[in-house]
Amino acid sequence: MENQNLNLLDRALGLDGPSEPWPLSGRVVLIEDCVETSGSFVLHQLVKRSLSPTSSNVIIFVAFANPFSHYDRILRKLGCNLVTQRDNKRFIFFDMLMLRCPDVDEGKSSEGGLVLLYEKILKTICGLPGDKKDYVTIMIDDISLVEVAANGGSDYVLDFLHYCHALTSEFDCSLITLNHEDIYSSMERPTLILQMEYLADILIKAEPLSTGLATDVHGQLTVLNKGTSHRLGRSGNKIHNFHYKLYVVLWRKKLVISIDKGYSSEKRSFRRTYHVNGRLGFWNLNTLCVTHLLNG
Amino acid sequence: MRGSLFESPAWCRVQCQRHCSQTPHKKEVPCVFGRPPQLPITKIIRLSAALLACHRRRSTPTAALSLPPRVCSLPPESLSCRLSTIYSWVRKTKLCSVDAAMATTKPRLSSFSRNLSAVSSSQTPGVKCGPNGTMFVSSGIADLDRYFEILGGGFPLGSLVMVMEDAEAPHHMLLLRNFMSQGLVHGQPLLYASPSKDPRGFLGTLPSPASLKHDKSRDRESEQEKGLRIAWQYKKYMGENQPNFDSHRVTHHYSGADNKQDYCNEFDFRKPLERHYFTRQRVNCVGIQHSKNLAALQEHCASFLAQHQRNDGSSALAGRIAIQSLCAPQCEHSNMDWEMLSFIKSLKGMVRSSNAVVVITFPPSLLSLSSTKRWQHMADTLLSVAAIPDEDKELAKLLSGYQDMVGLLNVQKVARLNTQVPLILEATTFSIKLQKRRFLVLECLNQAPVDGSSGSSYGTSGVFLQLSLTQKCYIEQLRMVSKEMDR
Repeated sequence: MENQNLNLLDRALGLDGPSEPWPLSGRVVLIEDCVETSGSFVLHQLVKRSLSPTSSNVIIFVAFANPFSHYDRILRKLGCNLVTQRDNKRFIFFDMLMLRCPDVDEGKSSEGGLVLLYEKILKTICGLPGDKKDYVTIMIDDISLVEVAANGGSDYVLDFLHYCHALTSEFDCSLITLNHEDIYSSMERPTLILQMEYLADILIKAEPLSTGLATDVHGQLTVLNKGTSHRLGRSGNKIHNFHYKLYVVLWRKKLVISIDKGYSSEKRSFRRTYHVNGRLGFWNLNTLCVTHLLNG
Repeated sequence: MRGSLFESPAWCRVQCQRHCSQTPHKKEVPCVFGRPPQLPITKIIRLSAALLACHRRRSTPTAALSLPPRVCSLPPESLSCRLSTIYSWVRKTKLCSVDAAMATTKPRLSSFSRNLSAVSSSQTPGVKCGPNGTMFVSSGIADLDRYFEILGGGFPLGSLVMVMEDAEAPHHMLLLRNFMSQGLVHGQPLLYASPSKDPRGFLGTLPSPASLKHDKSRDRESEQEKGLRIAWQYKKYMGENQPNFDSHRVTHHYSGADNKQDYCNEFDFRKPLERHYFTRQRVNCVGIQHSKNLAALQEHCASFLAQHQRNDGSSALAGRIAIQSLCAPQCEHSNMDWEMLSFIKSLKGMVRSSNAVVVITFPPSLLSLSSTKRWQHMADTLLSVAAIPDEDKELAKLLSGYQDMVGLLNVQKVARLNTQVPLILEATTFSIKLQKRRFLVLECLNQAPVDGSSGSSYGTSGVFLQLSLTQKCYIEQLRMVSKEMDR
């Protein structure tokens, strides 16, 4: 069942191999997007892959953009129940929507808030049981909002990111971040985005099509996978370019109608059945499919 | 007629209507087989509406609609209220026999839509349920709600709407006025912040809902296309107070007699809103010109949103916040970029967990480019307004109805709460017209994005207009297009 849902994005990221050891451990992934095309679907896909039953990953999700309910609904449609995972301590959610670092004139600098956040993450990782400590993924939704929370102190944000990067070598965890590239494209010295792009091992860019809007393609995705040097030899840089479309897939399988109320990806048990017109039908809910139209 | 294969749904519709008029008493059921490779969903909707109209005029089973299996794989968000209402009428009357394919895919929608319509009718008027567990309030502009029908018809509660102003023309005020009036007419509390000296005075310029007499004489183009003209006249003779132009509006009326209970009203700019609507309890006006920073406004917003917290019992009244020209130069905070950004971020965080919609207008030309992008990223729904110059001959050649147009509206981003699937709207560029200087009308200007595999180009009519940030760039683009067309 897992193999059916693999798609080109997973293959480009190297997630099509065995889940253990986690292919992204120790690596930094940067997702870039813009106003016209949002790149958060890549984040959701990575959450789903990390929380698959065959892997034993723990995700620390630092959310600045959306509350827990938003991700819960989306991932439930993808077949992953975040509430259960949160109870099982596999998905740890830090809600940072209202984080606002104190002003500079108050004496305490803006970095105070970010330092506290880093300490919280470190404490969480250290508090994990021994076997789970090896497979931690830190996801930060929206670095641009971290900057806003730090009142524009991008130096502090960079320090915070460097500290998180140090965790990848110390604990072998992976760091996945999302940023908006078009904010920095007009700046003279876009230090933050350049440093992040330099640090990143995998760079995923979501852009609109240059020809404009289309009904069957939502945008194009470029995946740049810089080779790692600590696996068997050094593999060169790989660039993949796709057109992608996100849609909801409905298909008829069995004669049971399910409403998406709490079914886990392992069991696919159905809670309610409905009789409509004397016939029963079954629908599965969204899955993400990436259509391969270009080859890079 | 039976078993005929039609290539285009328009032709099929015409045939069905002709058949219905010629054989009013026959019990024969004309079957429609549609297997076109790329059938846009709107054509399916129009076709099914026309077939329903045919059926309603007769009392015998009229139409069977067989949908190609492709349709079943479309996202249910775009198979929106429209198709589900048509289907629920079909099932209610029990006269139409619908093909098995449609029957098996529809139950999921109809079981949801029946629940949705039951829930929404019991709730407070002005709030409608939509997909993905979101609730919607009307934007005050009927055309905008209609184009957002796919989303759920209006602005989702808990979202942040940003309107990018054009520094040369105050058209964003029209949108804001409609938004505020709609909220007041529904009895929804309103918080209004403005950089002007007397924010309360602005309330005197809010439009009032149009009187019924005018509604009847408005000619709607969409209604003609669906062939529902006879049904409309039929209703008029039945003496209903509220003739429905749009078949979709039927579900939006809670009680047919009372104009005020519409989900979305038509607003008449010549008639000011009656004073009893803005009592002190419901409307709070805040001036932001003289405050040193945005802390006071933030406190006002926080206390307002605290009254509209979202809890599981969703019967609370929805609230609306309208902030006009947030970075206006006369305000002291206008050069504090990060202050404003963190205000918007905290406002967004607060509104996500409450039953309110926030509309913020701002002139992007006063912000730096990267700040403008940050503001755009923070918005859930992003609209931009541009003015068009009077007496421009080249534009008059390109755009029909140029004399009535006052400006252009571009939808750049739509709210995607609780879902990751982006929405390609059929129309993103609209012309703003003030019909008879009274009614705000939006007309679609661009063509829908074409399907890649169908191969057809922009073809016959219409110029594809793309609005950019400033009016001047846009005018230059139009000039370039006109030059190419002249060649």
